[in-house]
Amino acid sequence: MSDKVEAQLRVKDMPFGFHAKPGSTMDFKTGDWRSARPILDREKCVYCGFCYIYCPDGVYQDQGPEEKYYKADLDYCKGCGVCANECPKKCIKMELEEV
Amino acid sequence: MANKPIGIEVSLAVAEAVKLCDTDVVAAYPITPQTHIVEHLSELVADGTLNAAYIPVESEHSAMSACIGSSAAGARTFTATSSQGLALMNEMIYIAPTLRTPIVLLVANRALSAPINIWNDHSDIMSVRDAGWIALFAENGQEALDLTIMSFRIGEHPEVRLPVSLNIDGFTLSHFIEPILIPEKAQVDAFLPPNQAEIKLDISKPLSIGLLGTPENFTEIKKATDDLLVNSKKHIVSVFGEFEKSFGRKYNLVETYRHEDAEIIILTMGSISETAMTAVDEMREAGQKVGLVRLRLWRPFPTEELRAALAKAKAVAVIDRHLVMGAPYGPVCLEIKSILYDSPQPPKVFNFILGLGGRDVRRADFKTTVERVKSAKDSQSSFEILGVLE
Repeated sequence: MSDKVEAQLRVKDMPFGFHAKPGSTMDFKTGDWRSARPILDREKCVYCGFCYIYCPDGVYQDQGPEEKYYKADLDYCKGCGVCANECPKKCIKMELEEV
Repeated sequence: MANKPIGIEVSLAVAEAVKLCDTDVVAAYPITPQTHIVEHLSELVADGTLNAAYIPVESEHSAMSACIGSSAAGARTFTATSSQGLALMNEMIYIAPTLRTPIVLLVANRALSAPINIWNDHSDIMSVRDAGWIALFAENGQEALDLTIMSFRIGEHPEVRLPVSLNIDGFTLSHFIEPILIPEKAQVDAFLPPNQAEIKLDISKPLSIGLLGTPENFTEIKKATDDLLVNSKKHIVSVFGEFEKSFGRKYNLVETYRHEDAEIIILTMGSISETAMTAVDEMREAGQKVGLVRLRLWRPFPTEELRAALAKAKAVAVIDRHLVMGAPYGPVCLEIKSILYDSPQPPKVFNFILGLGGRDVRRADFKTTVERVKSAKDSQSSFEILGVLE
């Protein structure tokens, strides 16, 4: 194996039972797995909440009755496109990420 | 009571040992030939003589899942299974060691299907050989009881904290009624400290277990688990020593019988070793220099102890109770061959598969293995399924 793989944990530093503090998944930003991001057209959005309900990762956050839309947290959105597919108004478009 | 053996079925003696150890949780699914152990434990819990949670799960997969959870919460945990039951546990079996969940798993060894077979061999435990569990084999009823008590202490040792499988041959050991010394509760209490998990599931101090191990740290996690298992050997030796101090019965990782001047050594694991000893006695009476070496500890593999025990022999007849499909030898022989390869003058190693799916293993079989070793030509295969009808 190459020397370039840098282990995050050394054998001697392994926490008991490979445990972690709870809630640490929040620190694991999976947004960089994404190849496309959801772009919402707020003009067409009817605030139905389908994107919020269908999102398998729970990244959509309710912006409240004033704003009347749900916002994807791109730190965690993996770009699966389920929201765009399920949106009854077809107001979410998946836009390829620039590399 | 403590000084006089009583006649008791080995399965019931194991259950009594689990009771004497103040086990907190038993999660098990009944399967032949393990059934009497868990039936008796459920009676002890129902009668109120064992203050434990008995979880009658719907499958062995759930049994092991419940055991991992209860052990992670710091409870002293026991389960038992056989054959297909162990196979169904397989997914969870591999998880317990890395999560550092000490569990005592009694395996009443039985053949794996197909064809369906309820009788004894070692194919079930060999299917989880590589999982990271400590694995012990008992030879007789007293050992089964003693090792049950010791297994809790070994697994819960602060520097071990690993699950332990204790193997007893199905029927040929589990269902025999033997004279067994049942220790006094106070003796067991003095020997076995309470299970003290420093890091455990605790709602006042939450933690997360069962995490994703990415390619960046998976290797290190596996190495850490293997290190723990390998290092557990010295703690097993120390627990055996403590047991001898408390109970007067001596246990070694590798047992030897009339092997000092033996030219040919038979190597066994499990209850057939008693038959083998009788066969050794008879061969000795006939003037043959034959001895016996028995593995009590299967994992971690006692390499140094075995090299020492086999050092002076000219030939070794390794008996395996499991056929490793597609491999040159049985599981025990594969290990023996590999640890002797670097020896300056290794003995010749022969492998005999015996007692599959409950086929009787008799004194005459051991004598046949010795005859085969004596008459072996260089060109002859060192592997044989003894008595198979071609």
